[in-house]
Amino acid sequence: MTTRAATLPLPVTTPATPGILLPAFTLWWRELVRFYRQRARVVGVIASPLLFWLVIGSGLGTSFRSSNPNGQQNYLAYFYPGVLIMIVLFTAIFTMMSVIEDRKEGFLLSVMAAPVPRSAIVLGKVLGGATLAAGQGLVCLIFAPLIGIHLTLVNVLLSALVILLVSFSLTALGFVIAWPMDSTAAFHGIINLFLIPLWMLSGAMFPLSGASYWIRVLMRINPLTYGVEALRHLLFPEGPVIFRFAACIATLLLFSLFMFGMAFVMVNRRTTKPAA
Amino acid sequence: MATKSPVIAEPPTPPTPLASAVISVQEILHRYESRTALDGVSFEVRAAEIFGLLGPNGSGKTTLFRILSTLMKPTAGRAIIMGYDAAKDAAALRRQIGVVFQAQSVDEKLTAYENLWHQGHLYGLHGAALKTRIAEILGRVGLADLANELVETFSGGMSRRVELAKGLLHHPSVLLLDEPTTGLDPGARRDLWQYLKILRDDERVSVLVTTHLMEEAERCDRLAIFNEGKLVALGTPAELRNEIGGDVVLLEVVGEPAQLAQRIQARFSVPATVLDNRVRIEMEHGHRFITAVVEAFPGEIESVSVSKPTLEDVFIDRTGHRFWSEPPSESRGSGDSKEKAARK
Repeated sequence: MTTRAATLPLPVTTPATPGILLPAFTLWWRELVRFYRQRARVVGVIASPLLFWLVIGSGLGTSFRSSNPNGQQNYLAYFYPGVLIMIVLFTAIFTMMSVIEDRKEGFLLSVMAAPVPRSAIVLGKVLGGATLAAGQGLVCLIFAPLIGIHLTLVNVLLSALVILLVSFSLTALGFVIAWPMDSTAAFHGIINLFLIPLWMLSGAMFPLSGASYWIRVLMRINPLTYGVEALRHLLFPEGPVIFRFAACIATLLLFSLFMFGMAFVMVNRRTTKPAA
Repeated sequence: MATKSPVIAEPPTPPTPLASAVISVQEILHRYESRTALDGVSFEVRAAEIFGLLGPNGSGKTTLFRILSTLMKPTAGRAIIMGYDAAKDAAALRRQIGVVFQAQSVDEKLTAYENLWHQGHLYGLHGAALKTRIAEILGRVGLADLANELVETFSGGMSRRVELAKGLLHHPSVLLLDEPTTGLDPGARRDLWQYLKILRDDERVSVLVTTHLMEEAERCDRLAIFNEGKLVALGTPAELRNEIGGDVVLLEVVGEPAQLAQRIQARFSVPATVLDNRVRIEMEHGHRFITAVVEAFPGEIESVSVSKPTLEDVFIDRTGHRFWSEPPSESRGSGDSKEKAARK
């Protein structure tokens, strides 16, 4: 025993309540720093959209030119919003693989044991992933002038908004998929099963108007369709569209809120099962 | 100092942590699916002591650790730390405890400083106060010069020290460590234990540490030994060893050990058991006994050994099997806790 009184030690500084913003900020910051420190990922951000768009766009464009339903619009241009959305989709979902990695290491444990509201964990992780995905989407947008799309400043800002909403909702979707998983292999499996059809039925590859009835129904309930549509509105103001721009934005907003809510509910389950 | 009474009246919020027990584990029972991991465990940890949870893998100590670190609710029973219920007041409790997990929680892609900066934010620390505290704690764990190096360049011992710094950053009064020396060389192990003692003595931090290593358990002030989800022994290492009394005699036998054990028991009226094909006897004045036993059964005993009891002997005494061996199908233990378990 030391000379001190045998009462319980009180904390030297009673830590303040961390709130939501500070922990969310720090988790967001960590996603970005980790990304930046993995150089291969940075290179991938720039190279992959360009490659994908050029190879598939020009390949498909040549093969299907005769059956192109958009008449004079060339397929490389038609395909452009779809590629942009796909890039965002994959980046958003794959950044949430870090949830599984965090769980495998002890990192997630240490966050769960900290006095942090669960909503801050969701917010920080999802905003981190969404920032990266949106960043990649914006990089994609730089290529627009190359295919003869010249955007006004307003349209650039609105496109950024669409990209942000799509990024946020899809990252939250990725979070919901990743949270209960304990292996990245299972995560890949789900992505192949679920996300590729999600993208294919979004109007990214072929337009809604020409599809069969059932496919049209599926496309209409697919939230990604509204992301692609919204971008088409902004990139090709003259082109054929199905939904109004405001309806697209509203749908994306609702989808974002819904996915974030789902993620929040999942993280808040604290049960008699291991938390992480 | 600590009253052994297992019941502390549930305090209205905010609870005042004035009871002498810093951690009070009360009849905790935990089941995974059908397997019972903890079977009615109760004990208390006092202020400013290093308390060890010793047990082989699968004995339930990690389950208990998860419950104490607020990551999991027990199926039944309560854990009260600093007056907060780990299941009900988790948010308030989390600010009071520092947790160091067995798995690495430091981010290798961040520097030591960044890891702590991040951790500080999770605990509501920020700005200049956080900066000062990081510098202080990095100095304490001897990493001040390496603050801006990426953790992936660190050795196992160094990244463990970052873990410890993370756990201590917010001045917790209780520190929980799960197998903290996993993967450390003997030097780094010694350093860590030295530091835990400093924490206990200088800052009066109560430390709860799980381990499966006997030599680490020896360093604890008090110890709870677990086996198959039950608490089989509780006390200071010296107390536990003294309960065995005298010496432990082991006989390597030429023939059938069980048969010889019976004959020894009949002849000398001492309890002789068989363990790993050897006859094992706990008794006083073992050195005198061995001459007698070798003379009594000439040619049947290959070798003899006498030793002071170790913590492993305590474990054997309480469970009937070795620390690392497969447990026997039927374990000794009080049956009443099972009945309590059945209620929920």
